[in-house]
Amino acid sequence: MRREIRRKTPDELLHEINPRNADLEGFLKIFLGYASGVGKSFRMLDEARRRKERGQDVIVGAVQPRVSPEVQRLLDKLEVMPLKTYSAGMAMDIEGIIRRRPAICIIDGLAYKNPPGLRNPTRWQDAQELVNAGIKVIGSVNIQYVEELRQQVEDITGKHVTETVPLSFIKSADEIEIVDAPPEEPIERSPEQQTKIETRQRQLSVLRELALILAADVVDYQLNDYLERHGIRQSFGAQERILVCITPRANAREMIEMARIIAERFHAEMTIAYVKQEGLSADDQAALEEKLALARSTVAQIEILDGEDAVEAILDYANSHAVTQLFIGHTQSIRGWPWSDPVEKLISRSHGMDLRIFPQ
Amino acid sequence: MANINRGKLKLYMGYAAGVGKTYKMLEDAQAYKSQGIDVVIGYFEPHGRQTTIEKTEGLETVPRAKVQYRGSLFEEMDTDAILARRPQLCLVDEFAHTNVPGCSRTKRWEDIEILRNAGIDVLTTMNIQHLESLNDQVWQIAGVRVRETIPDWVVQQADDVVIIDLTPRALLNRLERGVIYDREKVERALQNFFRESTLVALRELALRETAHELEHRAIKDEAAVTPKSSDQKQAKDHRILLLVTADPNTAMLIRRAKRVADFLGAECFAAAINNPGDLNGMTYQDREAIERHLNFARNMRIETRMLEGSDPAQTLMDFAHENHITQIFLARTRKRSYSLFWQAGLLQKIVRLARKMQVVIVSEHEPATE
Repeated sequence: MRREIRRKTPDELLHEINPRNADLEGFLKIFLGYASGVGKSFRMLDEARRRKERGQDVIVGAVQPRVSPEVQRLLDKLEVMPLKTYSAGMAMDIEGIIRRRPAICIIDGLAYKNPPGLRNPTRWQDAQELVNAGIKVIGSVNIQYVEELRQQVEDITGKHVTETVPLSFIKSADEIEIVDAPPEEPIERSPEQQTKIETRQRQLSVLRELALILAADVVDYQLNDYLERHGIRQSFGAQERILVCITPRANAREMIEMARIIAERFHAEMTIAYVKQEGLSADDQAALEEKLALARSTVAQIEILDGEDAVEAILDYANSHAVTQLFIGHTQSIRGWPWSDPVEKLISRSHGMDLRIFPQ
Repeated sequence: MANINRGKLKLYMGYAAGVGKTYKMLEDAQAYKSQGIDVVIGYFEPHGRQTTIEKTEGLETVPRAKVQYRGSLFEEMDTDAILARRPQLCLVDEFAHTNVPGCSRTKRWEDIEILRNAGIDVLTTMNIQHLESLNDQVWQIAGVRVRETIPDWVVQQADDVVIIDLTPRALLNRLERGVIYDREKVERALQNFFRESTLVALRELALRETAHELEHRAIKDEAAVTPKSSDQKQAKDHRILLLVTADPNTAMLIRRAKRVADFLGAECFAAAINNPGDLNGMTYQDREAIERHLNFARNMRIETRMLEGSDPAQTLMDFAHENHITQIFLARTRKRSYSLFWQAGLLQKIVRLARKMQVVIVSEHEPATE
């Protein structure tokens, strides 16, 4: 039940009140690495060892085919359920694990494909089944195996992978832990070694960045969940959220371009909104359509706001969606009463967020 | 730039006490030592944590210096002794630490600079809440004003930043088992930084900031092939100007504007305006506040100017035009008190005049309440 809720957007979460009970339901923790050899398996199995020493019933459901001596030493202290041999190949013994009913099951390599003919095509689906059966699962995966990041990683490393885990599964995790220990290289080294290491480190640093942002996004999900469960309405602003308000006359190109750059640099979420207006002239309608087409060509979410008072509609949306940066266009005329000017109104009322006013 | 033999700096970033920064640093130090590198501990804060203390075994520690201050004896890192010892690698806990008055340098990061200039590699630790530009966000998250901060440009000097991650629940378990603090300190800790929501939010900040630090290094590296080059060019064309006033919110404005400038790779200027005709317009306190704010901006490596003119809004705009400013940052005033009334008017006036550039009005963010 909770798993489905977790896949909803933060927006939908706001309408949900469902206190968790981690003891009765399954639980998923994922160790996320950015490359092989960063020590995910070790960290995960070390946690398994600590839990076992504290008296928890832990088994290992799947390990990598080849392990380092340190990992082997940890495995020697743990109960390992061997992979089961099916006619088409080996896979995790999911029936055996469910029969054994441990409190916690450790699953290395969540992206592995199962041999054809099994009820779940992939190992992460096996993991999901165990979670649904009420078993706590602790698993690990590298970002190169995250479906949505696969292409990006491939562009960096030049390596193609066919086994993947969907992002939605990672986001459904109750806990995520990033293993960010760059492989230790000797400090003193030859110049040739140095060049090779630097190239690899440049690649790794891009992968690390991808992994950190992914982990931050998952944590943001969890934060929204926590705030919701505790009835806290206010945003913490750890995630920047930009709201671009366009009108028929706005310089939408500059606004959207700036929003796109800031969103990219701050890894911010971006929404483009316009407030419905009655009686637009044909020219204005055409101008608005053009701006909306531009908006749709971006990754931004598009919102059409409704309200008698445009300023109220914008502020309502911004406040309820934890917007941290509000982008608006200058009003055309500098005549008129200051208090009737929407820009002036937004200046005096957009508390708790930055207001960016663009030239017309 | 600095000499080629300048020591490298690796920073272990965390989001709270007890996530394992020092432990991991010591673990790495042990690995370096086994590779034959000459390692010493320059400063280590044990906090009475047994497993961490065990990790120092076999590592040489340079004794701390004793410093007299107001009749008490304090201990600080002995930079001179480390220089005399000349190790290849030195461990220095707590990057953001402020030395007790009477030391040669105010901040520990300045001591680390000395070590690096002498060609010594340094490993150090810090928590995200000590980063200057995040001070307001941390206040919003934790409800605590962190006084001991470290400028962003200093953190950017680190050759590598590694995040030490741990889930907040695991951290809270550690806290409750008494691993991190003594029993009596636990209760107090749970009140602010160790509330679960606070930890989750700080962790998110740390993850995003570390990602940004990595990206910053990639952009700095000309050789790096990134698909973002066209954006960088556009962003580089931006020039940011912020208005320094006596308003207490100016510190927040400086942090925010500088952060945006850093993220965009844009140049950043700070200007205050003095009206020479207005002899009794500015109180001594206001003058002093402006001076303090300008000084703060300089410490953040922002170019500062004191402008003179009888029309403050017009003076600022003239400067903006002459210097090809594309974005003006202003602070929303904290109170609507009478003394600040002229300033609220100034803000509206600047918005009206600055019709050819972007104007950003920065707001204070209130801490969340449960």
